[in-house]
Amino acid sequence: MKNDKLIAKRQRMLIYIFFGILTFLSIIPFWIVLANGTRSSEQIQQGISLFAGSNLKYNWDVLMNKGFDIFSGYTNSFIIASLSTILTLYFSSLTAYGLTAYKFKGKTFMFSMIMFLILIPPQVSMVGFYQFMSKLGLLNSYIPLILPAIAAPSTVFFMKQYLETVYQKEIADSARMDGAGEFKIFHTIILPLLKPGLATMGIFSFVSSWNNFLMPLVLINEQDKYTLPMLMQLLKTDTYRTEYGSMYLGISLSIVPLLLIYLLLSRYIIGGVSAGGVKG
Amino acid sequence: MLKEETILSKEKTKRKRKSLESYNNYAYIFLLPFFLVFLFFNLYPTLYTILLSFTDLGGWDTEFKLVGIQNFINLFSNALFLKSLTNTLVLWTMNFIPQIVLAMILAFWFSNRRLNLKGTGFFKTIFYLPNIITAASVALIFYSLFSYPAGPLNMLLLKFGVLDAPFDFFRSVMGTRLIVSFIQFWMWYGQTTIVLLAGILSIDESLFEAARIDGASDMAVFKNITMPLLKPITLYVLITSLIGGLQIFDIPLLLTNGAPNNSVETLMTFIYKQAFQGSRSLNIASAGSVVLLVISIVFSLCIFRSFKEKKVN
Repeated sequence: MKNDKLIAKRQRMLIYIFFGILTFLSIIPFWIVLANGTRSSEQIQQGISLFAGSNLKYNWDVLMNKGFDIFSGYTNSFIIASLSTILTLYFSSLTAYGLTAYKFKGKTFMFSMIMFLILIPPQVSMVGFYQFMSKLGLLNSYIPLILPAIAAPSTVFFMKQYLETVYQKEIADSARMDGAGEFKIFHTIILPLLKPGLATMGIFSFVSSWNNFLMPLVLINEQDKYTLPMLMQLLKTDTYRTEYGSMYLGISLSIVPLLLIYLLLSRYIIGGVSAGGVKG
Repeated sequence: MLKEETILSKEKTKRKRKSLESYNNYAYIFLLPFFLVFLFFNLYPTLYTILLSFTDLGGWDTEFKLVGIQNFINLFSNALFLKSLTNTLVLWTMNFIPQIVLAMILAFWFSNRRLNLKGTGFFKTIFYLPNIITAASVALIFYSLFSYPAGPLNMLLLKFGVLDAPFDFFRSVMGTRLIVSFIQFWMWYGQTTIVLLAGILSIDESLFEAARIDGASDMAVFKNITMPLLKPITLYVLITSLIGGLQIFDIPLLLTNGAPNNSVETLMTFIYKQAFQGSRSLNIASAGSVVLLVISIVFSLCIFRSFKEKKVN
């Protein structure tokens, strides 16, 4: 018995060391990039340091003078991500409620179809989508990046699973007896019920829209409309061949908002990943 | 009195049934936005892409004519396309096998009562962290960390005497492939661990207890209880990872743009470049997309089959 405990203790030690290595691997790339963003090119070429340098101001000035407009990147990405998140949340809940609360012809078919759509990568329609948007005169517009968020199959699926655990028909029925219309029931009873699920899905849909690179790359070519991920291309051009500090600062600026979001909301994010996995 | 009540309740159910029939029609209104947007922004562009794959549309043309399956014949005799297809699968295999093995081990440790590890919440959070960061930024991070000759990793390896001279990782086929696979692995093992762990935790605890009372070892429990019951979720991880892996784009494009020697050119970078760079062969890009669609559907069908099996069990 004692021996068993000793073995378990030794095993635990080794596991913690291994966890330590993985923790180091998760953090160190970001750390180096953040530190280098504050160091001068000479310092960076001399060796790695985990401490901040004193060149932040200089790196910042160089970065700004070379047309790396981080603020417009933040603004553009924020507009697209927040609007598409609102649309995704509202319409996915509406769709999920329609599929949960009512009896109608074709219900099973529609649900299976939405399930099936989760598995089709949206990228396969990229060429046709581009041609279609070009015909409509919607290139360099954010509309094709925002409106499609109304049809988000995986969010519908998650919200439906969530709704099934919290929805009680009696509550809706008693509201009906009181003369409430269907939209009123949805807005005043169902949406508040869904709040925790909406919070989880809201984070995921915001982050995935914020991180989207391919679709904006295809549809947008005016530089003042670039989203944050698109700005990353600029850091690889010859302009930064010697200005390492500025390049690292540019990368740092793109990851800091997400690091902050993660610091605040990681509990919900990890919870959402667990819930999504079991139900998927 | 009693009679009156029955009449009243009868009328009530009648009214209720009538209202039941009418309010159910709202389902169509509630589902309408989803399906309209889906038809307009998704189904139509997909069908249009399929149509374009049978045409000669290229350059800045707007007119096209049908050319039958010519594009597919060209595609499958195009060495770069075939290479992109193999690269995509090679890169996926190189990152998925170590990823699922590590995630299995981590999920097993996290859920093991005997080990009773502390701080699992913290470690889960840390392991998932790389997944949340923009892939485009991650590509740039690794591009700069592995840069030649004076990138941080080269300097570290020189300092510890592992290398005598700086190594240009992005000129080495194996080096670049390893870096791309490592990034994918590094970004996704945390997610896979959490999903597998959620699967393990959803297994009925009494099964484990019964096995423990029978004196089964950790390994035996894992092999005979955890693994079989985890099969559906493992398959789910496998298929979603494969479908995600088929679309790998941001990392190879921004890391080396497919170089060296097209070793990290993937299906999506191929399609993107065909459509939007050089001579803009929209028809070839569309044919490539159709191939991607077909491969994805085949894997989707596998999922449905596996879900059915799960129900039978």
